[in-house]
Amino acid sequence: MIPGGARTRSKSLNLVVYILRRLAISIPILFVGSFLVFCMVAAAGDPLGELRTQPGVSQESIDQLSHQLGLDKGIVPRYFDWLGGFLTGDWGISIAQGSNMQPVFPKIMSAFEVTIQLILAAEIIALLLGVAVGVLAAVKQYTPIDYIATTMAFIFFSMPIFCVAIVLKMYGIDLNVMINDLGWDSWLGNPFLKTTSPESLSGDGFFDSFITYIGGLLLPTLSIMFISFAAYSRFQRSSMLETMNMDYVRTAQAKGISQGRVIMRHAFRNALIPVTTLFSVNFVTVVTGAIITERVFAWNGMGSVLVEAVNKNDPNTLMGWIVVIAIAVVVANLIADLVYGILDPRIRVG
Amino acid sequence: MEAGAESGRDKNPGGSAEALPEARSQGRMVLRKFLRHKLAMGSVVVLALIVLASIVLPLFYPHSYADASFSSYVEPSVEHPLGTTQVGKDMMAQVLRGTQFSLLIAITVALLTTIVGVVLGALAGYLRGFADSAISRLTDLFLIVPSIAAAAIMVRVLSGSWYVVALVLAMFAWMPIARITRAEAMSLSQREFIEAARASGAGTGRVVFKHLVPNMVGTITVNATLAVAQAVLAEAALSFIGLGVQIPDTSLGLVISENYEQMQGRPWLFFGAFTVLVLISLTINFIGDGLRDAFDPRQRGVKA
Repeated sequence: MIPGGARTRSKSLNLVVYILRRLAISIPILFVGSFLVFCMVAAAGDPLGELRTQPGVSQESIDQLSHQLGLDKGIVPRYFDWLGGFLTGDWGISIAQGSNMQPVFPKIMSAFEVTIQLILAAEIIALLLGVAVGVLAAVKQYTPIDYIATTMAFIFFSMPIFCVAIVLKMYGIDLNVMINDLGWDSWLGNPFLKTTSPESLSGDGFFDSFITYIGGLLLPTLSIMFISFAAYSRFQRSSMLETMNMDYVRTAQAKGISQGRVIMRHAFRNALIPVTTLFSVNFVTVVTGAIITERVFAWNGMGSVLVEAVNKNDPNTLMGWIVVIAIAVVVANLIADLVYGILDPRIRVG
Repeated sequence: MEAGAESGRDKNPGGSAEALPEARSQGRMVLRKFLRHKLAMGSVVVLALIVLASIVLPLFYPHSYADASFSSYVEPSVEHPLGTTQVGKDMMAQVLRGTQFSLLIAITVALLTTIVGVVLGALAGYLRGFADSAISRLTDLFLIVPSIAAAAIMVRVLSGSWYVVALVLAMFAWMPIARITRAEAMSLSQREFIEAARASGAGTGRVVFKHLVPNMVGTITVNATLAVAQAVLAEAALSFIGLGVQIPDTSLGLVISENYEQMQGRPWLFFGAFTVLVLISLTINFIGDGLRDAFDPRQRGVKA
């Protein structure tokens, strides 16, 4: 009915409208949420309390710092000062003892980069592997493959992530010893698997860089991957089983289409839809998992920034941290919604 | 959603239940199905043993958790089944006490989240309109705040007692149950028995809590059970990074966090608490799965 050109244009326009509308809902929530968190952080105590008890710090310098931080103002103007700064990239300074009034923005950004690197690698592997194993388990329902996959998924799903990380770290250390005994350390590096934060992830030449990169990221990525993988494969299996019982799949089978084609073209694509929802629901869990994994492997990511900021009561760092993660959650949900629209044409985006 | 299909008639007093000779109540049917679920029943036994051990064993166990008079890092023996820690505390006593606290926190969290989630979800789904948008926005708000950071800040301000940790964790964990309950309340609200209740003059409170919520008992039970498992893991994670429960209270997460550095040379200091923690979470998940199958009238155990 509608000419092709007009339709494509309206489709992409719809997409833009849809994204804008989603942002229009998310931004007020982010705004209210950040204000509430700001109040909570402000109520967490006097950030200069430690400084006040220190000998040799004059009252004037404390007052000056207090004024500089806006602590002498009410909570609402202080919030808007913070918000204005936040939007222009000035996230305030870290006033925790020993951090030398370092600006918050670069500190959080470099930590976020570390964490997102871990999460991305882990999530991509977990999604691919989880979906593949889930489909396989569903297609081969009640066979040994299904039982092994289901049991594994259940165990990892029930495991606290730090336990997975600790066990992996333990075996990683053993494996490094083994590699050294075999004399492979000359080309794999010593230690090959980094059980603490790697100083750098680059090497000379492609192969060397590749080995260093794998060795540095492998253990923490695997820890996060296992937990996500368990959730994805469980979800994919049940959704695949559900689709395989649908009438249209039976119709396709009755028409004489080969089983492989039925599975891939008719069932698989539709069975992917619920997993997309899981991705957005799971995102916060994965971030939390990454934070905890970083602690085990002593990485300097969002995890160590959070622990330090909470322990030292550093309001600007806490605010930056929470808002960055909140924005990441909004973005992850938006991506999941868009993918949802692509997979399921019945859901009109817009 | 599906559980409502056969539970709808629960609210027909003297109706079909007496007319059919072999009709069983939904509760009996669910119980029968659950008792036949081997994995779930096995899990009930294991979990009951863990709970019992954590309550009864400390009464007979010769060493107190606070007693730090032993030598450092004693290897496992009859005297100290899991060895002693660096400061000379008996590890077995630590694990037993940690189990008590972990279970206490998890059950409190699950109860609170279920109550808050069900009340908010049922009201939103039944009332629609303004109440629904307000509750849904509140849910969105809590979902967007990273719970680990918010919980850590609140625990630091309010102290790391077990009940503070439980309250704070519950505060940031009720949203999934609220969403699930809302969806189910919405579909149940369209059914005749709700309309009948409303037509006979029942107010909102009565319709929601006497007619709507009892018909969602399947969903609520399953999700409350799974909430216990999630709470065990959430608490352990928070305590593991040192921002959860603080001494003098304790938890399995804290016990692990204090001793895991020794895993290379003295694995018993790690694996005791680790095994109990995983067993608790695994058995509760199995029980939740068994309950889900038992409440599912289609009898298909395929839900993730």
